[in-house]
This record gives sequence, structure tokens and C-alpha cells, in this order.
Amino acid sequence: MKLKWILLSLFITISTVLIGCEPVLVLDPKGPQAETTANVIWLSIATMAFIVIVVFVLLVIILVKYRASKQREDYEPPHIEGNHILEGIIVGIPVLIIIFLSIVSVKSTYEVESVPEGYEDQEPLVIYASSSNWKWHFSYPEQDIETVNYVFIPTDRRVEFRLYSFGPITSFWIPQLAGQKYAMADMVTTIHLAAEAPGEYMGRNANFSGEGFAENIFNVTALSHDEFNTWVDEIHATAEPLTEETFDRLLEPGHLGQMTFTGTHLEFSPAPEGEHGGHNHGPSESSDMEHDHSDHDDHGGNDDHGEHDHDSHE
Amino acid sequence: MEFFDRFAVPHPSPLIYASMVAIGLTVIAIFLGITYFKKWGYLWREWLTTVDHKRIGIMYIISALLMLFRGGADAVMMRLQTSVPDNAFLDAQHYNEVFTTHGVVMIFFMAMAFVIGLMNFVVPLQIGARDVAFPRLNAISFWLYFAGAMLFNISFVVGGSPDAGWTNYYPLASTDFSTSVGINYYNWALQISGIGTLMTGINFIVTILKMRAPGMKLMKMPMFTWSSLITNIIIVFAFPVLTIALLMGTFDRQFGTNFFTSVNGGMDMMWANLFWVWGHPEVYILILPAFGIYSEIISTFSSRNLYGYKSMVGSMAIISLLSFLVWVHHFFTMGHGALTNSIFSITTMAIAVPTGIKIFNWLLTMWKGKIRFTVPMLYSVAFIPLFTIGGVTGVMLAMASADYQYHNTMFLVAHFHNVIIPGVVFAMLAGLTYWWPKMFGFMLNEKIGKWAFWNLAIGFCLAFFPMYITGLDGQARRMYTYSEATGFGPLNMLSFAGAAIMAIGFALIVYNVYYSFRHAPRNVGDDPWDARTLEWATHNPVPHYNFAVTPQVNSSQALWDSKKHGYQLFKHDLTEIHMPNNSGAPIILAGLFFIFGFSFVFFIWPGVIVSGIAILACLAYRSFEKDDGYHIPVKEIKETEEKFGGAKK
Repeated sequence: MKLKWILLSLFITISTVLIGCEPVLVLDPKGPQAETTANVIWLSIATMAFIVIVVFVLLVIILVKYRASKQREDYEPPHIEGNHILEGIIVGIPVLIIIFLSIVSVKSTYEVESVPEGYEDQEPLVIYASSSNWKWHFSYPEQDIETVNYVFIPTDRRVEFRLYSFGPITSFWIPQLAGQKYAMADMVTTIHLAAEAPGEYMGRNANFSGEGFAENIFNVTALSHDEFNTWVDEIHATAEPLTEETFDRLLEPGHLGQMTFTGTHLEFSPAPEGEHGGHNHGPSESSDMEHDHSDHDDHGGNDDHGEHDHDSHE
Repeated sequence: MEFFDRFAVPHPSPLIYASMVAIGLTVIAIFLGITYFKKWGYLWREWLTTVDHKRIGIMYIISALLMLFRGGADAVMMRLQTSVPDNAFLDAQHYNEVFTTHGVVMIFFMAMAFVIGLMNFVVPLQIGARDVAFPRLNAISFWLYFAGAMLFNISFVVGGSPDAGWTNYYPLASTDFSTSVGINYYNWALQISGIGTLMTGINFIVTILKMRAPGMKLMKMPMFTWSSLITNIIIVFAFPVLTIALLMGTFDRQFGTNFFTSVNGGMDMMWANLFWVWGHPEVYILILPAFGIYSEIISTFSSRNLYGYKSMVGSMAIISLLSFLVWVHHFFTMGHGALTNSIFSITTMAIAVPTGIKIFNWLLTMWKGKIRFTVPMLYSVAFIPLFTIGGVTGVMLAMASADYQYHNTMFLVAHFHNVIIPGVVFAMLAGLTYWWPKMFGFMLNEKIGKWAFWNLAIGFCLAFFPMYITGLDGQARRMYTYSEATGFGPLNMLSFAGAAIMAIGFALIVYNVYYSFRHAPRNVGDDPWDARTLEWATHNPVPHYNFAVTPQVNSSQALWDSKKHGYQLFKHDLTEIHMPNNSGAPIILAGLFFIFGFSFVFFIWPGVIVSGIAILACLAYRSFEKDDGYHIPVKEIKETEEKFGGAKK
């Protein structure tokens, strides 16, 4: 028994020290979406701690009070079938807790799936983030530039990441800015977020995607609007244009450092959305097949799953 | 030579060569040992061809324990690899294979087998039956499971292990991204053992519904039998989904279809859906029998009747229904939009209510009781707080918005181990210790058992609680390594220490079996725990016909009533007992399935065709075989009962 408590308190000390040094990423939000999830997490931790404490206390009391060594030799425990009031309580209280948490869950889910509050009126900065084994490609159609394994975003600006993959399912995750979403080969999914503090953030693929998965990370830099524009101008002045051949080489499995190009791959290899969606059966039969490097085609499934996520919140 | 090239392991390493040697030596040692002691005949007559539910149960449990050590070795390797940053003990490909096989082995070949093994042993005894409804089918189920497990395990040294995670998501699992035969093994091993599981499901539903002792109404069944009934109903509904999904995967990989591809109209997301439509109910297939075991143990060692029997049954029924309505919570992040996620978030959280009822019922069972801290009870008492933590973190994960941050991280890994280890594994160890005297006629040593328990409980906390923190700090699951800058190092080292302590715990359990086999007294009597349910009304170890006289049952704790209230369990005189004959057909059939699966994995079509025809021939032979079993004469029953000190009357 004693050993257990020593180890337990050791563990608690270690963990509090570790949490004390530096807040864990998810609970150190730098934008409204991650702040919503962090609040939900804190709230649920508090509620759940209450339940755990109740169960612990009841258990300890019962174990101490009713252990055999403490009772008379001839004590015969009673036969108890049940009690309606007691059972009402053990059903009722959990139901109330679940209703409360359901409301929080639904409300916050709608919040993080839509444009961050206060940013609805802004035009979004659209960035296509596509994964290939084991890299991230960031295409800025408006700025007409493309980066590999790093992304710059302006602070206090509505940013819309449109996600898809050139291979296995990956999950786009910047813990301090927003929760994850999958990037898949046959449709485009969308994350809305905003960064409210300048700085560098860790971003990664969180969904196992094969051998190079562990290093499938990218850097996110949030900087002021002016600095962002300067950065874009610099790229236009210095970077090479992204050609189809170069891009095909980039797609080959492996790891690359950070790279920068002018132009985007979307021009010759469009994202699987709209008429390019994997499950779109639009009118075009084979007109754009020759230039299609994203492994999808147009006469695929009979449904519109490619349509039903992106843009649905605007 | 070209023919044999395909069997080479694609990513060889000293570790794999060492295992090859180890496997080879073990097999040779076992063969030589059996031959030397001239045990082949005994083994064939008494075990390999048996249809006795007790022996099949024991064989399931032995296999499950072997798989526990295989999966456990994988687990320790994973914790060792991640214990320090930038470790080079395993490379990425090996780590991927190790966590894939860890998951598959632990879920399919350890936990499932353990659960079904205990069900096999206990359920017919608890309902006062002679055997299951279809004894030979039961043997086929076991041998198919065994064939599947062996097929999966040789992948490590022949052709390469699967490497796409136990969830095996497409397109990662397609031939585009996983070129070795590993995932063919996954498909065929799970397919073959899955067929066995499905037949177990049917068998046990019929057994429980049709073969209960006179007087045992449904609401008078012991709680473990209730949990088994509901579990098997879930099996029958859930496993066909897996069967079809695996078949579709096989077609994609081996015949070039496009069910789960992202081109030509295939849909990778469909695999995730089908997998979890089976996969979530699977979680309850594992945990409900565990709940049943805890109910028996807590009631026995509190010397109290189970509190809230009806609400226990009702909550299990509700859980089984809800288990089919929550699968989307495994991929909230797939982008179905807020409405879908909200619905599945609520259905998921709803499961907390019936589960909470059960937790409180167990607490109330101990209330006013007389609690004896035996080894099975220690596991059960530790289960309550640890499972509560696992359960509430489940509710946290069920909140879709927050799940976007937990998904695919170590937080999730911590959660599901937090429910599976204190929930399922502790229950299996508790149940094994509890029913051990029923199986073998002696008890496991309590002192060593307690040492093992404390190692497991403390090791568990150390191994998995740190993961909650690293998960929130951004450590994704399935990363084979991380850089020092992430700061994950110290907590991962703590996890490794926990895993090592757990390993000591399991080693102590093995030592306990050896020690007790050598030293434990054999005269434990029929009711060493002062238990309450019917299985303790017959002898230890159980004679092969179970009960000399079919008992008459009046309540869910018939033995207790007979001990305390003078209720008469055995009212009739001895009569002839009708028993099923042993058969070699199940093991032969399973051997053919193994060849079929192995040939299919490697595209060896002649092997597929020949073994396929042979399987059909076996089935046809069985259809025309006339086998009415045999009868044990009264004289023989009397003699057997004498050995146990007189017939139970």
C-alpha cells in the first residue's frame, strides 16, 4: 500500500513540475479556435474530476468501512434488491451531467467548424495545404506562391486552409491554432482559423501515413500583415517558378527541407474539389484527364461527398 | 529459387533473425519433448480432438496468454524505442510493424480469445448444462481462431508483417503504399479467426437460450452468463461487417478492385466506416464479459447479492444497442461537418449513463458487505477507480470539438489502454484466478498473486498516465521517434519504466502458475471462495460431464440459496448421461483453412484450389456423418463421484 502512495505522489509531483514549466501545447492557445477547444477541455476536466473524486471517495469509504477484517466474525451481510430513489439518483445525476456536456459539445463543435467569431466579415486568406509522402505543400492561389513544409500566415486575419492529400489519409494539425482535420485524396476539407499572436508554431500530420510519418511536420509562422506582404513580395522577387516537372519530383516519397516557389501546383494539378472531386460526376468526361496528377478522375462515384464539406459554413 | 523469394522478409534485421531462430528452436523443442514423453496419443485424444467446452476454454486461455506475451513483447519494444528522443533501437518500418502487430494480436488474438475462453469454460457450468449447444462447432471455432493466430504470427518471419496500424486504413493499406504481403496476412488471419468468432456467437446464443437448467428463467441467470448472452448477440451483428470489409480489402489488394481506393469511384473513407461499425461494438464485446466477471467477483467477495440485478441487465442491453450508434466518433476529424459530429458526440456520451449505473451498482454491492481482499477482488477493486478515469476521459474524447485536439495523439492511446487494461485485462486475470480451482483443482498462490497485482496496477499508472500529458502537448500516436526539442523525453521514459514494471507483473503471474502447480494443496474442496453461483455446485476440477445430476435452479445465486437457505439443488437420481464424441475433423479443417489462407496470402493458386476443395469435402463429409455421441452409464458416474468424495445430492 505504502509503495503505491509513494510512487503515486512521485508521479503527481513529476507531472505537476512538467506542466508547471511550460503549458502543454493544446492548453496554450494562440487563436480563437484553439482557445475554444482549450476551454472545452478545461471545463470537461473539471466536470470529470468531480465524478472521479465522488467515485474515489465512495470507494474508499466503503472499502474501509466494510472490509471483512473490521467486522464481527458472525456478521451476515443483508440481501438488498435495490432502491428506487437511490437508483433514480445514480441515473439522474449522470444524465444531467451528460446533457450539460452535450450542450457544450454541440455548441463548441459548431463554433470550431465555422469562421472564428469576429472574423466573419473578413475575406479569408485561402491556403491549400496538401500532403504527399511525407511533406506538406502550401499553395497560396491569391498570392500565387507555393511553399513546402512551412507556412506563413498574417495575424488577426481569417485564414482558410483547404486540405487534401496526394496519398494516404493525413491529418492537418496545428495544436496551438486549431484542432485537426483529415486531408484525403478524393475530397477537400476545410479548417477555418486565425492566429492572434505572432510567433512560430508546430504543425504536423497527426494521422499515421507510413514510414516517414514521424518527421511529417511543418512550421507555422504568424506575423503581422505588413511583414506577411513583404514576405510575399520577396518570394516573387527571388524564388523560382514551380513547374510541373519540379512538382512531380517533389511528390516522390521522401523528406524535403523547406522550399519556396512562385506559382502554385493548382494550375496544372487542381485540388479534388468541385468538378475535380473524386466523387463528382459532372459533365466533363475526360477533358482534363491528361494534366491530372492528383490521381482522381471525374467519372467516379455516384454521390457528391466531394461537395458536402467545404464551403458549407459560409 | 524464384518461388521462394516471395517468402523473404522485406526488411530483415538481427531482431527478426533472432526470432526466426527462437521460433525454430521452440518448435523443435516442443516436438522432441512430446515425442520423448510419448504424449502424442494423449495430446491427440484428450486435447486436440476434444469437444469438451472446458478443455476448449482452457486451450483458448493458454493461446491467449501466449499471445499476451507476444503482444507484450511488442509493447515493451515500443516503449523502449520511444523512451529517449531520437532513439535508434528500431527503425521506422520496424516500429510500424511492431505497433500494428501489437494492436492486432492484443485485440483479436489475446483479448478476444481470453474472453471467449472464459465464456467457454464458465457459461455451461453457470447454466447447469453438459456442454455448449454445438460442441463440435465450438471446437471448429477454437481451431479456426488458432489457425488465424498462427497465420498472423508467422508473418513476422515469412514475408513480412502488416504495417498500416491495426485499424489498417486505406489507401495506406492498399498495394500502392504497402507493397509487402503483410496486409494480405492481416486480411486472411482476421478473416479465418473471425469466422470462428462468428460461429462462437451463434453457438453461445443457442446454448444460453436453450440449455439452461430447469428453473433458470432469463432473469435468474448469473450476471456473467447475461453478459455473455449480450456479448454474443453483438458478435453476431458486428462480425459480418468485418468479414465483408476484409473481403473487400482482399479484393482490392489481390484482384485489383477499387472499393477503398481514391480513384475509379472507390472510397477510402468507406473502410474507416466499415471498420468502426464493427470496431466499436468490438470494444463492448470485450468489456461486457469483463463487467460480468467483476459482477460475480465483487458479489462473492463482499458476501452480498449483486445490487440492482435488473438495472445491470438493462444497462448492458442499452450499451449493446448504443454500441452500434457511435462509430463515427473514431473519426470526428474526417470532416463530416458539425451536425453529424454533434449527433455522434451525444450518442457516445449517452453510453456513460448505463456504464455509470454499473459502477454505482458495484459500489452498492460492496456497501454493507463483508469485503475479503483476495487477488480476484483486488483486481476488481482497482478496476473501479481506474476504469472510472478511463471512462471519463472517454467522455472527454466524445466531445467532438475537443476531440479535434485529442484525436490521433497519445491522449487517445492513454484513454483506450485505460479502459482496456483495468477493464478487460484485469478482469481476465481476476477471472482466471477466480475460476482457476474450477479448472485445475488447486488455487493460485495468493501472496505471489498480490505481488503480481501491485506490479501491474502501479506499472499501469506509470505507463499510461504520462501519455495523457504528452498527448495534450502534441505527441501524435505511432511516431517512432521525436526530437529532444519537443520535451516528450522524460514522460516517455516514465512510460517505459511503467511498462517494465508491468512486464515484471506478468512474469510473476507465470511464476505463480509454476509455483502453485508444484506446491499448492490439491484438496481445495468444491467451494473454496464461498461463492454464490451454480458453477461452484459441482466438483473441482469439474468432471467431464459437469454435473452428475442436472440441478434445479430457483434464483441467480442458486448455490448461495442452497448453502444458506437449505434450497435443494439436486432433486433427481443419477441417470445415464448423453455426451458428444470427440472428433479430429475440427483441427483438420482448421489446418486446411491455414493452408488456404497462407496460399492466398502469397497468390499460390494451386494451394488455394486444393485446400479449398478439401475444406468443402470436409464439410460434405460432416453432412453425411452419423454421430449420436455416447452415454455414460450410471455405474461410471458413481465411480467418478466417489473419487470426489461421494455424489452431490
